Amino acid sequence: MTALAALTGHYLRASFGDKFGLAFGAVQPFLYLVLFGPLFARSGVGSWEVLVPGLLVQLGLTSAGMAGFGIVFDHRFGVLERLRVTPVSRVTLLLGRVLRDTVVLLIQAVAIIAAAWALGLRAPLAGVLLALLLITVLAVGLASLSYAAALTMRQELFAPVMSTVVVPLMLLSGALLPMSLAPAWLDVVSRLTPFRYAVEGLRALFAGSYASSALAWGVVVSLAFAVVGVALGTRRFQRENA
Amino acid sequence: MIHARGLTKTFGPVEAVRGIDLDVSAGEIVGFLGPNGAGKTTTLRMLTTLLRPTSGTATVAGADLFADPAGVRRRIGYVAQGGAIAPFSPVGEELVLQARLYGLSRRRARERVTTLLAELDLPGVEERTTATMSGGQKRRLDIAMGLLHRPELLFLDEPTTGLDPHSRANLWDHVRRLRERDGLTVFLTTHYLEEADALCDRVLIIDHGRIVAAGTPDELKSGHGARTLDEVFLAVTGRELREEAAA
Repeated sequence: MTALAALTGHYLRASFGDKFGLAFGAVQPFLYLVLFGPLFARSGVGSWEVLVPGLLVQLGLTSAGMAGFGIVFDHRFGVLERLRVTPVSRVTLLLGRVLRDTVVLLIQAVAIIAAAWALGLRAPLAGVLLALLLITVLAVGLASLSYAAALTMRQELFAPVMSTVVVPLMLLSGALLPMSLAPAWLDVVSRLTPFRYAVEGLRALFAGSYASSALAWGVVVSLAFAVVGVALGTRRFQRENA
Repeated sequence: MIHARGLTKTFGPVEAVRGIDLDVSAGEIVGFLGPNGAGKTTTLRMLTTLLRPTSGTATVAGADLFADPAGVRRRIGYVAQGGAIAPFSPVGEELVLQARLYGLSRRRARERVTTLLAELDLPGVEERTTATMSGGQKRRLDIAMGLLHRPELLFLDEPTTGLDPHSRANLWDHVRRLRERDGLTVFLTTHYLEEADALCDRVLIIDHGRIVAAGTPDELKSGHGARTLDEVFLAVTGRELREEAAA
């Protein structure tokens, strides 16, 4: 526990020392909110309450999903090896980073929700708080997988590959336009990605439908995603010659 | 302090280490020498739990390498060749974090860092980054990083490579003092054979993944009728190169 607190605190201090980095992960969803949101809200497709949950999943992808970028430098400078030679468990080495990324994501999510509120979003407080909880689960999985990817692929490939992979994942989640508008084939492909369920679960929370099956699926899929992510991330940290 | 039998490591078809037996006693300074690519770093990484051996057995600082890697990690310090601190991070924070990963409270970690930095002639560098430090300072900082938890055994991978002669001599003074004062056991690799001659109690020479010579510097020199360790080194390593040249 001491080790986890020490690692998370250390990484958080570093993140808060870098205000630009803190804001950067939220730039894309923020641009969509301000430049696309007003169009969406008047398009007749849906309201702010439909769009903002999607933008929160987009935020997860661009913020926690890109977290692995930071470990590339730690790997290059020998920091990772220095940590691996300590008695701290490998899952703790991973979670120290992941918890930092989750805190950063929550701060960014609150900022996005506050900005959306100013633009016209209205949702029940309980729904918003539960949405933040669901986002936390998603962030744990995303950040863990991001580290696993960063430790697996060639260092220089991480940024271009991940920023490309994020685009179809975001589009297929129905974050920008609800998948109810999709042709059948696109709807099927979309159902194969975990973020579709997260988006619909978050929309249910923003609508106050706490007993809906969309929410149940969102919770189940996000939890499973987090478990798989942490398992894969830990395996990469255990890898004998990382 | 180290007892290894039949350690091997293969990477795909490549046999990097082909069966090494090692015995290092408490308080010894042992030099591990060999040409580039001979298997020095691979062996060091196996003994420090960073690389799982393909076969063999080993006890390091009293803990079994396979059954209790965490026990090994608690008792050893490892200073890698390329250093271990990112150039943009204040070194004090990195040192305190490292100390806390060995279970020290924040307050005790801070005290330990201050003491250790003073001992290694680096007082008051906590707020600086390695980008503003000399090569010798950086190496001493890396060594401080490896000593935070008072290990019984310290592994140093080419600690003096790239340093000027003054910094090298200074680093060696520190290593010798640590052995004399704390009884620290030191296992190190180096390419500077005259250093190994002057400072190591024993040297092991590895070539093509096997130990080809072992003993005190004096034993090795008299055994090969050589005046310097360089001559011993050239006699026992690089057989393939000579065979190629002859053919």
